[in-house]
Amino acid sequence: MSHAHRPRAIDGQAPDVFSRDDTVPMRQFADTDEVDFAIVGTGCGGGVLAAKLAEAGFSVVAFDAGAFWRPLSDFASDEREQEKLYWLDPRISDGADPLEFGSNNSGRSVGGSSVHFQMVALRFRPEWFAARSRLGYAIDWPVDWREMWRYYDEVERACAISGPLTYPWGPDRGRYPYRAHEVNAAGQVLARGAEALGVDWAPTPLATVSAPRGKSPPCVYRGMCKIGCSTNAKQSVLVTYIPRALDAGAEIRDLAMVTRIATDRQGRATGVEYHRDGQSRFQKARNVVCAGYSIETPRLLLNSANARQPTGLANSSDTVGRYLMVHLNDAIWSVMDDEIRWYKGPPSMACCEHWNYIDDHPDKDFDGGYAFMSQGPLPTDYARTLVTNSGVFGHELRRKMALYNRMAGLKMVGETMPCADNRVTLAEETDAFGVPRAHVTYAHDDNDRRMRRHARAFMAQMLEAAGGRDLLETSSTAHLMGGCRMGADPETSVTDSDGRTWDVPNLWVCDGSLMPTGGGVNPSMTIMANAARIADRIKTLCASGTSERAHG
Amino acid sequence: MSPRFHAPYPGWDILDKWESPSFNDITRAVLRRRLTEVHARRFFTPAEWLAVQALCDVVMPQNDNPRPVPLADWIDAALHEGRSSGTRHADMPSPRDAWRQGIAALEAEAQARGADGFANLERDAQNAMLRDVDDGKVSTEHWHGLPPQRFFRNLVLAEIVAVYYAHPTGQSEIGYGGPASPRGYVRMQPNRADSWEAPPGDWPDEDTP
Ligand SMILES: Cc1cc2nc3c(=O)[nH]c(=O)nc-3n(C[C@H](O)[C@H](O)[C@H](O)COP(=O)(O)OP(=O)(O)OC[C@H]3O[C@@H](n4cnc5c(N)ncnc54)[C@H](O)[C@@H]3O)c2cc1C
Ligand code: SF4
Repeated sequence: MSHAHRPRAIDGQAPDVFSRDDTVPMRQFADTDEVDFAIVGTGCGGGVLAAKLAEAGFSVVAFDAGAFWRPLSDFASDEREQEKLYWLDPRISDGADPLEFGSNNSGRSVGGSSVHFQMVALRFRPEWFAARSRLGYAIDWPVDWREMWRYYDEVERACAISGPLTYPWGPDRGRYPYRAHEVNAAGQVLARGAEALGVDWAPTPLATVSAPRGKSPPCVYRGMCKIGCSTNAKQSVLVTYIPRALDAGAEIRDLAMVTRIATDRQGRATGVEYHRDGQSRFQKARNVVCAGYSIETPRLLLNSANARQPTGLANSSDTVGRYLMVHLNDAIWSVMDDEIRWYKGPPSMACCEHWNYIDDHPDKDFDGGYAFMSQGPLPTDYARTLVTNSGVFGHELRRKMALYNRMAGLKMVGETMPCADNRVTLAEETDAFGVPRAHVTYAHDDNDRRMRRHARAFMAQMLEAAGGRDLLETSSTAHLMGGCRMGADPETSVTDSDGRTWDVPNLWVCDGSLMPTGGGVNPSMTIMANAARIADRIKTLCASGTSERAHG
Repeated sequence: MSPRFHAPYPGWDILDKWESPSFNDITRAVLRRRLTEVHARRFFTPAEWLAVQALCDVVMPQNDNPRPVPLADWIDAALHEGRSSGTRHADMPSPRDAWRQGIAALEAEAQARGADGFANLERDAQNAMLRDVDDGKVSTEHWHGLPPQRFFRNLVLAEIVAVYYAHPTGQSEIGYGGPASPRGYVRMQPNRADSWEAPPGDWPDEDTP
């Protein structure tokens, strides 16, 4: 069966993700059990937190609106079929530069967006955690970079990242757990261009194994990572932290959409209302954690408004939903003399962080940084980029697509500035559960435009230096960050540095929406490192009696 | 712009690998459905249908395809099933309403150009008209509340290519490797291909300046 319409984690069993149709035992809780933690979302934030809290002995139920897949039997080599991994319920997209959601930035599965992410596993530059005080833009994180770097070590080990022996940028980092993959032809174009321009490049650290690991075989370079890895080489949250969470006694509730967080007369969270298998239910909990990512976490908090908090839960600062960020994702594509066949291997096997680590340069006319990577889009993905950016159709379209195997591309991941007006609110229209749809407003600022211009020029120069011709420029955005940012000041942030909301002591956020700034690298490792850190903070707070905790 | 289309990989058909380790059960099941389950029209009206088919033909001319991909049928099916992309632009109606309005607007635009409807325009006039729509050079009231370029690029073009290049015909034409699980690829170097990939391609008309 290709679609999971009914929950699979039931009757004390959960899918064994390494099997075609087996199960593993799962501890289960009753709705009336007051569990220590009800976690909404099981992606990079929620999945990591669920595993670590369960391992620390807490009782945990983690909900996901998406299905619990067994990649070996559920994942087809087919872009259209695999849309089942994305959050396809419409969001209203508004503003001067409206965003694209769905396959562009939002997953809906146990394991979250990591099930279809492209596995690029980069770290923030240390200075970005103090962007305001050290670089003069945006805002500081309420966390020291050294602490974050320790947690990058932890999550990189947990995901067995394959990476180069030495990484050209930033402070020394230890060896990556697995050796780097052989760079494919598409990545070699970036390497050649970088060498011609005299800047560093690196084989991209990737969350797919280059040698066997437990039940994961090494990557077979089928290149369909963005539509789900059918071999389990990819070290997504689904095959790393979720099995750990189950082992440690957490319950995962798949196809369970949380619609509201309930509160008592004192304004404390008491549990979550959710829908599963046609039923409307309520799970009691001592603590509730929002981990639904930058659109759904604000949406849930806003929809949980009550008489005492009429503008949304934990929203006394009016910051819930604000400071939403994306990455600039503009690209340059070119025709090469060689047959590249960029469909082979993970899509981004070579990367360049040159402009992330440069502050004073006569050419650098923007704040923040950007990285860029080699590309390998699947056919419909590339075709959509082509037509939506250029409007090409007819024989000319077929001719351009017939150059598919000769194309190479460089695509940026560029930092945008946190801006209060880029935000999630609730629309009038409701979804099938009666929850107002998310209304998202987004506009770029001048800094974004300067960075985009700079990156396009630099990437074009590099592609030409590598022998590319007939350049095509395309524009887009990727990733979501912010929307419920953490901070040092309750007036301007939703949570403290532990992810605990300032307003409700037993309500937490633990996902990409916490990020105060976006950095110039793909966000998942930062989200996971932050979640791993928050898990340890919760353990410490509970040990010292400053947080809710059950006995057992 | 070259008027004709030369396939760089004549004879390459990813379906020839059906029984090979490049295909697994779920992929076979999905593609079997794609190739056999073509539904009769359910969403568009008979009058709209003519225009939709003509539109697909202009956007993706398939006169040289022995097995043309039934593009209009798949678009109809997706609209009938209410398939969503996750995004609704605030300045756009829902996909169903946008398609109905957009088709009516294309018909009106064609009539303003002296034809009965879009399907009856000469091919050159159809091309010219779609380029005008893409440029926002439209003359009828029917576009009110429907940005022509967003309709044309994000709905029409994006949906047509999503169907065409998800189909083995479109994928084989560009020399894509096709399904690749459990067997992936071994040769990662430029100009190298595994024996289960398309042989080297040929682009006779590529060097247009
Ligand atoms: C195509 C694509 C490629 C990417 N590639 C990379 C990459 O190469 N490197 C990188 O670092 N990052 C990448 N990312 C980004 C990365 O995947 C995300 O930043 C990251 O997964 C976000 O983590 P999260 O925990 O905040 O949210 P997610 O991982 O998205 O998890 C949120 C989960 O919460 C669930 N949920 C939401 N609301 C509810 C609710 N009300 N009730 C129940 N469940 C709910 C959702 O179903 C979802 O499963 C990519 C993203 C996409 C879309
Ligand atoms: S290239 Fe590797 S990680 Fe990507 S889908 Fe294939 S086996 Fe999985």
